[in-house]
Amino acid sequence: MRSLKRALVAAAGAIVLAFAPYAAAQAPAGGQARPAKAAEPIDLTGYWVSVITQDWRWRMVTPAKGDYAGVPITAEAKQVADTWDPAKDESSGQPCKSYGAPGLMHAPTRLHITWQDDNTLKVESDYGMQTRLLHFGNWKAPGSAASLQGDSLALWETPRPGRGETAPAHFGDLKVVTNHFSGGYLRKNGVPYGPNAVLTEYWDLFKEPNGDQRIMIATRLADPQYLSIPWLTVVQFKKEPNAAKWDPTPCSASW
Amino acid sequence: MRIMQSTSHCAAVWFVLTLTGLPVFGQVDLSGIWANRGHQDWLDRGRGPDLVDYAGLPINEAGREKALSYMAALQSEFERQCEYYAPTYVVLGPFALNIWNDVDPSTAKIVSWNMGAWIDKDVTTVWMDGRPHPSKNAFHPYSGFTTGVWEGDTLTTYSTHMKVAYVKRNGVPSSDQATLTEHIVRHGDILAIMGIIEDPVYLTEPHVALSIWEQDPHANMPRYSPPCEPIAEDPRLEAEHIVPHHLPGKNPSINELTDLYHIPVEATLGGAETMYPEFRKKIKDKYVRPEKCTRYCCGPVNDPALKCIRDASGRER
Repeated sequence: MRSLKRALVAAAGAIVLAFAPYAAAQAPAGGQARPAKAAEPIDLTGYWVSVITQDWRWRMVTPAKGDYAGVPITAEAKQVADTWDPAKDESSGQPCKSYGAPGLMHAPTRLHITWQDDNTLKVESDYGMQTRLLHFGNWKAPGSAASLQGDSLALWETPRPGRGETAPAHFGDLKVVTNHFSGGYLRKNGVPYGPNAVLTEYWDLFKEPNGDQRIMIATRLADPQYLSIPWLTVVQFKKEPNAAKWDPTPCSASW
Repeated sequence: MRIMQSTSHCAAVWFVLTLTGLPVFGQVDLSGIWANRGHQDWLDRGRGPDLVDYAGLPINEAGREKALSYMAALQSEFERQCEYYAPTYVVLGPFALNIWNDVDPSTAKIVSWNMGAWIDKDVTTVWMDGRPHPSKNAFHPYSGFTTGVWEGDTLTTYSTHMKVAYVKRNGVPSSDQATLTEHIVRHGDILAIMGIIEDPVYLTEPHVALSIWEQDPHANMPRYSPPCEPIAEDPRLEAEHIVPHHLPGKNPSINELTDLYHIPVEATLGGAETMYPEFRKKIKDKYVRPEKCTRYCCGPVNDPALKCIRDASGRER
């Protein structure tokens, strides 16, 4: 009996040891006990450049009308894309339709990432001079009109520690879910996404032994109107030492 | 009796910890079948890239010349039919990915993660037990030699001892001195890998390739490549004693991308500068967007109602 009692005490202690670090790790992320800026497991701030090593012909230049290669479009999306008219977009004051988040993050751009406040990460692009605001914590969308960049809710995801381990402070990723878009083009040549699209992004930061830092963003764009299945892509950005190559350029519907 | 008491303590503790479901070593389970939806690099990985399309690849002059000498008929030579791709093909190829681990039964520790072979490639075994890489003079197998460490929830691997292979299926080479660093992350049912290929022979800076998969138990990819047996194909058109190649300056496809898509030649020939946004300024006045897509305009196609140009025929179907 005494043996069983000691075993149960040991087991109870093990439970405490097992869950304590997990709870500690989750508090800042899920419960937002600390401001997101203070709780950041990875530092995404700074200047970053997109490195276009894949799908070059569709990202670095504007592809031909009717080129939807790689995008699981619906028949309805094709109808829309086949009417793409960049001159009309320009003349109607809508040259930025391919600069919403689903298109922007695939574009040949530099990003400048800063903390706007303790719970808002600001992502600016020089390509089209756009601004995305990634809101942490209990932020609620203001209920205003849908917008090009939509409403983004962000969350730090930290590794679940192993038994007996403490939560590592410098590991984790950023999850961002964006909706409430006004609609736009996910590719420069008018391949559309609609107002019900939901963009989910996972931002991971990797530091190489030579000092290079790279962000990898895995994305899933779901759109019941224009995509037959979610569009899965992944893009990369490399850290730059300063703003020397920052080159703000206004939107262009054709280039 | 003392041994029995101790055993019962351990059993009780182990049982409770099992119920908690916490990982033993702070790892993520990567195992399973991961489907490639073909949304990234659909044409390059599926049908295959255009013949002289090196845009976005940081190749040096030697890499460019070697690529320009490439003739696809090389692959049908009897002695080359069964050459495998290098481990780099995980982030360059089109296939689903089958990942599993091997566990030491005496310690319950994961000894290795294994990345499946599909066809055309050997299994990549990622050794997790801290063993060192072999001597640089050691044999280079098709699998290469790979070790891995966990960095938070990221599995970072490092591959050496790879054979000569390709970084693009149109002949852009990688040498046997190339190395591959992979950062492998799982986010729910998504798996993404950043592959960093470094090659002092053919690259001026790392070539970073990305790939993404979605967990799908129906993808049903095998773990191992089926045996390859070379066969004598139809008689070759050129003399049989010649290794298929293009002589320097004689590649007939050098303007193909320009003719088809109006991409300027200085872009199609690649180089590190073509990877970065500022390169657009260099070609802005030279690139004229083709009016209309006429070949390989869509795919993968999942909507049965969608009619579009799926191949080089130019016809919608």
